[in-house]
Amino acid sequence: MALEKDPLNLIITGVGGQGNVLASHIVASAGIREGLYVTVGETYGTSQRGGAVMSHVRFSFQAQCSPLIPEGQADIVVGLEPMEALRVITAFGNPKTKIIVSPRPIYPIGVLSGQAKYPPVEEVLGKLADLVDTVQVVKTTEDGDTPLAANVLMMGALAGSGLVPIPIGSFEEAMREILSPRDLETNLRAFRKGVEAIRTG
Amino acid sequence: MSILAIDQPGRSVLMMGNEAIARGAIEAGVDFSTAYPGTPSSEIMESLARVAEHFGFYAEWSTNEMVALEAAAAASLSGLRAIVAMKQNGVNVCSDFLLTVNLSGTKGGLVFVVGDDPSAISSSNEQDSRNFARFADLPLLEPATFQEAKDMTRWAFELSERVGLPCMIRSVTRLSHSRGNVKLAEIPQRSRSARFEGSYIAGVFVPIKHAELHQKLEQAREEFEGSEFNWYVGREGARFVIVTSGSGWLYSREAVAALGLDEEVGILKIGTTWPLPERFIVDHLRQATEVLIVEEVDPFLEQNIKILLAEQAKTLGPIEVYGARSGHLPAFGDINQDKVARALADIRGLEYRARDEQYAKRAGELALTYVPPRLPTFCPGCPHRASLWAIKAALKLDGRDGFVAGDIGCYSLGVGPAGFWQLKTLHCMGAGIGLANGFGQLGQFAFDQPVVAVCGDSTFFHAAIPGLINARFNNSNVLMVVLDNGGTAMTGFQPHPGSGTDALGRPAPVVEIEAICKAIGVEVRVRDPFEVDRAIEELYDMLQDGGAKVMVFRRKCFLVESREKAKPRVFVDPEKCIGDECGCARFCSRVFNCPGIIWDQEAKRAKIDEVVCTGCGVCATLCPQGAIVVEEG
Repeated sequence: MALEKDPLNLIITGVGGQGNVLASHIVASAGIREGLYVTVGETYGTSQRGGAVMSHVRFSFQAQCSPLIPEGQADIVVGLEPMEALRVITAFGNPKTKIIVSPRPIYPIGVLSGQAKYPPVEEVLGKLADLVDTVQVVKTTEDGDTPLAANVLMMGALAGSGLVPIPIGSFEEAMREILSPRDLETNLRAFRKGVEAIRTG
Repeated sequence: MSILAIDQPGRSVLMMGNEAIARGAIEAGVDFSTAYPGTPSSEIMESLARVAEHFGFYAEWSTNEMVALEAAAAASLSGLRAIVAMKQNGVNVCSDFLLTVNLSGTKGGLVFVVGDDPSAISSSNEQDSRNFARFADLPLLEPATFQEAKDMTRWAFELSERVGLPCMIRSVTRLSHSRGNVKLAEIPQRSRSARFEGSYIAGVFVPIKHAELHQKLEQAREEFEGSEFNWYVGREGARFVIVTSGSGWLYSREAVAALGLDEEVGILKIGTTWPLPERFIVDHLRQATEVLIVEEVDPFLEQNIKILLAEQAKTLGPIEVYGARSGHLPAFGDINQDKVARALADIRGLEYRARDEQYAKRAGELALTYVPPRLPTFCPGCPHRASLWAIKAALKLDGRDGFVAGDIGCYSLGVGPAGFWQLKTLHCMGAGIGLANGFGQLGQFAFDQPVVAVCGDSTFFHAAIPGLINARFNNSNVLMVVLDNGGTAMTGFQPHPGSGTDALGRPAPVVEIEAICKAIGVEVRVRDPFEVDRAIEELYDMLQDGGAKVMVFRRKCFLVESREKAKPRVFVDPEKCIGDECGCARFCSRVFNCPGIIWDQEAKRAKIDEVVCTGCGVCATLCPQGAIVVEEG
């Protein structure tokens, strides 16, 4: 087996509390099921408390990669929050990067207290589009979804996009192993919703 | 089932570095395990505790790292295999015992795991704990991959038993908290029986024991000479060799590949970094004329290699060494592939450009001018926001320019906007009350500022009790505020002596904070910080006369609370909120700083972001118009 580009570098980004770690855990476990070497670098600790977070996920058929993607080397970015997607692109993006992003903003406290500005989301998405190859927008909070499953919904979108060489079935198998039976059904629903959302565009 | 318990030898699974360390201990048949939580090490014990019953070994969250190491050593002295885990600051706490147990020696395998935090991603320092291995004359291993984290830990037990010393393993954040492939091995069946025999005494015939310790270390060096954790890749006899350890290995390999230098640059990867496998290193540097050392934080490997090169100068001839001392790599912060590639390119006279210059410039400008910073903050519903607000208000009411001595926990965020910039000192576990002891004794020097020491519940048990006793004994003017949220929240809500459960989730006796305070003889009150007005009033009251006092602000961490009960709906009544006409200066969204409250630009009113809000309702008690409504769910 070979990847079109090896290693394939994915960044999942959002705000602490959105469930970045679970999202990266799912896609990485699914990758290992496909016989890939997968490395996931996480941000934990203080940044978990409402700060900017990102997970670097690297797939390779050759070797175990280091846990940090070098500057400008992200192939795919999944943004659970639009401004965080842009923050990641400024450091790790390149003209070939492909983005899947939720348009729902979460305001930093600097914005709430008036010291910083959060421009309109449409404008943020425009800036993203200027810098990368494609931007696919996936809504995560329609008709009263549990907002906590937005991370898993976005993994569904990633699986459905075909950007990573991992079949949807492997994602679901990984979820069955990682999630507690109590949380599994809700999360599978969110995941399938994500698959659907990206396919219908 | 926990991934740690999978009994399928040969299967490749995704494991966090910390899980791999725990699995290594299980594959060594560990009998006894202890730890105090601390990022990035906490998941080692979390993983072990989850399967302790299944495998029949002992696991505990200890009250601090000193007890953790001592308890684990007792198991070792009784012939059992024991592991103890902590973060870098924990090594300082247990160093007194570490620097004597090296002299007494140990019996059953004792593995001492330290999670260092280069860049201090979740720490108050970035000390390089490898220095303790040299300081205490203990063998040191540094895993470079997830697989090695597991395999080294398993082997460390054997080494410890053969040399009769604790064996130290140094992980770093980028290994402990990353995930990767780990191929599982067999889990042995152990019949365990403990018995203490003989004696283990450090303080008698110390110079003789110290000399014996050096001999044991030489024995470890001999084992390291043939270790499978040391290897060389690249052309034989390369003139340019990177010598690296730990996390530096993967970054170095990728940097060499990125610059296309595979043919010219060899990499010597050392897993056993103290004492150095000297013959192995010399053998691989015979043709080298230039060496770049790649490691995280201190030039530890660099200095030890330089000593070796000086000693071997006749054999090896002159070798130019690059690294932290030459300024090519930093002796602070973490490293990555880019930093190694830039160092390598600089030395070799090459150009390394991560991406197109124009693109990088555009992106960089956007990052600086367009993307707002997102600092970490207290979670919506966090009791610390209310507690620190109450402290701020009480100190303001008091009017004598009082201040807060900080301590280690989630509430350390009080150094910044999340906690209204209230914490004016921040050092290590227990330092808040310790410093407050001194500030509280400065009255004779015309010092009249009241001092509040904050500390969390886990920190109280860990390191703050002697400070409080001192304040009572010497009659220092200190108001200690214990921010009791029911667990060790910062690191993932591990239990502590006041929690009522043990590491395995079984019921445990509760050691009461207020009972300890009463026994010490200080005035103690227990209040709910969500009753903000009352909290402010009583704090103010306690500040008005001298002596040592304790206020316990008790309210469970909302991350835990919200898992246990339905979320109330909180919303702003648009009829009652009068926006900027109120004169509150947008108190709820702009001043109180809860990310769950936003400002609706169109309606010019406050608005609750229901996706973010956890329903704690404390804002409803603070709104001067009573415009925020809480509907129980």
